Amino acid sequence: MSDPVTTEPTGGDAAPTEITGDTSLIADAGSHAIVVTGLNKHYGDYHALRDVDITIPNGSLTALLGPSGSGKSTLLRAIAGLEVPDEGTVVIGGEDVTFIPPQRREIGFVFQHYAAFKHMNVRDNVGFGPSIRKQPKSEIRERVDELLEIVGLAGYQERYPSQLSGGQRQRMALARALAVQPKVLLLDEPFGALDAKVREDLRAWLRRLQAETGVTTVLVTHDQEEALDVADHIAVLNAGAIEQWGTPREVYETPANEFVMTFLGPTATLEGKLVRPHDLVLSLEQIEDAVPVTVVRVVHLGFEVRVELEDRDGNQLSAQTTRGEAARLDLDVGQAVFVRTGHPPFPVDAPA
Amino acid sequence: MLGLGVGSLWLSIIVLLPIAAVAAKSLDGGFGAFWDAVTTPAARSALGLTLVASAIVALVSAVTGTLIAWVLVRDEFPGKRLVNALIDLPFAIPTIVASIVLLTLYGSDSPLGLHLIATRPIIVIALLFVTLPFVVRSVQPVLMEADREAEQAAATLGASNLTIFRRIILPTIGPALLSGIGLAFARAIGEYGSVVLVDGNIPQKTQVTSQYIQGRLESNQDGVVDVGAAANSIVLLLIAVVVLLALRIAASRGSRHHAR
Repeated sequence: MSDPVTTEPTGGDAAPTEITGDTSLIADAGSHAIVVTGLNKHYGDYHALRDVDITIPNGSLTALLGPSGSGKSTLLRAIAGLEVPDEGTVVIGGEDVTFIPPQRREIGFVFQHYAAFKHMNVRDNVGFGPSIRKQPKSEIRERVDELLEIVGLAGYQERYPSQLSGGQRQRMALARALAVQPKVLLLDEPFGALDAKVREDLRAWLRRLQAETGVTTVLVTHDQEEALDVADHIAVLNAGAIEQWGTPREVYETPANEFVMTFLGPTATLEGKLVRPHDLVLSLEQIEDAVPVTVVRVVHLGFEVRVELEDRDGNQLSAQTTRGEAARLDLDVGQAVFVRTGHPPFPVDAPA
Repeated sequence: MLGLGVGSLWLSIIVLLPIAAVAAKSLDGGFGAFWDAVTTPAARSALGLTLVASAIVALVSAVTGTLIAWVLVRDEFPGKRLVNALIDLPFAIPTIVASIVLLTLYGSDSPLGLHLIATRPIIVIALLFVTLPFVVRSVQPVLMEADREAEQAAATLGASNLTIFRRIILPTIGPALLSGIGLAFARAIGEYGSVVLVDGNIPQKTQVTSQYIQGRLESNQDGVVDVGAAANSIVLLLIAVVVLLALRIAASRGSRHHAR
């Protein structure tokens, strides 16, 4: 089993748990804000971006979150120069780059499906940007080795992309993007093609790398959990427009409208109000304005217990409670209980 | 096993047996006679012209074929499907028809005012016509499958369009391009029908090897294949096999790591 192709120099698919290597290599790329103003983009009749304004602060990790077709990738590609907007401006680090091609924007871009150069080994993939810049070979070599150390691919220099797992390919792509010391790092659903476990490891690792290097990073995702987990700011997009911009806590706890509320997590409707299932409080007696409901099903999901309920009008809703609380209430199917919200609900009829 | 057996038998009857027969005939008078047959001034001149013209055709085809494939894959324009279908025309029409078309176009009453009959350029033009589809049809599917995001990634890393073509696209289509070039070259060295009416068939000037062989057959009253015809055929065959093999080896080296 000493075949050099199948042995794993380091830890296989898992991302390294610690950031090793000299991250100061990319740290000086830190402080560049992105300012997008009045961006519009049409594809034929389809309005992909509608008057998008967004400021991405220096050194932040911002997630563009939205369903497919919401324009989040188009926005990211417009920042990169891979799409030319019909109207509006893109400013990176104080420089208007709207009409500057991607080659001269000093960005790092990572694609969902890795976009590996399949005919080049890992060393040549990562060294591609520096080699375009005509840096001396020995310098490129040194830099590539250090970057591979940082992304946990030390020892993989001679491998080809076809000999790497998905997680490894994406870390190679990240090293390749960082090799040009980009002003900003743009990631288009970077973990979208990976297994759940690898995805979680890699995003935790990305969070640490970003915190350590301080490079302004924009990440596109349709996964609200990923956005809440990894980003320090979230822009929620829908139908080509930004619905809300804020910290993960702000968008989750004080959603600007029904769309943001429903997109960021599960909801239940109680008395015509949208609430989070974990904000519903069950009781055996009627307290305050609690609503009478019937228990339809009790589902034990480890620590959580989901209680499916039906009100007197036949409307279904579920409440999320803890194992301890469920045991205390001793719920049975068909039992009549009362439910109220422990958190100010979000009015359904609020202006969007 | 049955499939393998039938396949081998078929290949033997259709390909190997006739080749073996010609090879045997070419050595009828021993190796000395073979050598004499392929080194007569007319035979050497014909072979030289054949190889040079075919090499030019293969190289021009490589460039124009790649360009046409690129336009067909990457660009949208009205009539694209028609143009795409047109590429196969040189395959579909009898080569003698191609020869007649060229005779009409470049003959003594040329509507273009170009009189190229019985010149070397007309040989190149005729061969370019019949070999047009090879590179296009080899490169086109690979270009369709090519990872556009890899090209975009290269652009974000600072690569100019020329660099992207040279360092990303060319290595990707390389094996297919080499195979297209090889097929075009192999077809060109053996081409007869499309040149027969237009090249003038002047020994040591505009006579290609296929026509030299034909000439040898005609000079034999009883239509028997002599050593001269057989030996020159074997030379063409060997060159074709060597070129195809060499390009195949080069292509497989280049594509070693493309598998996902």
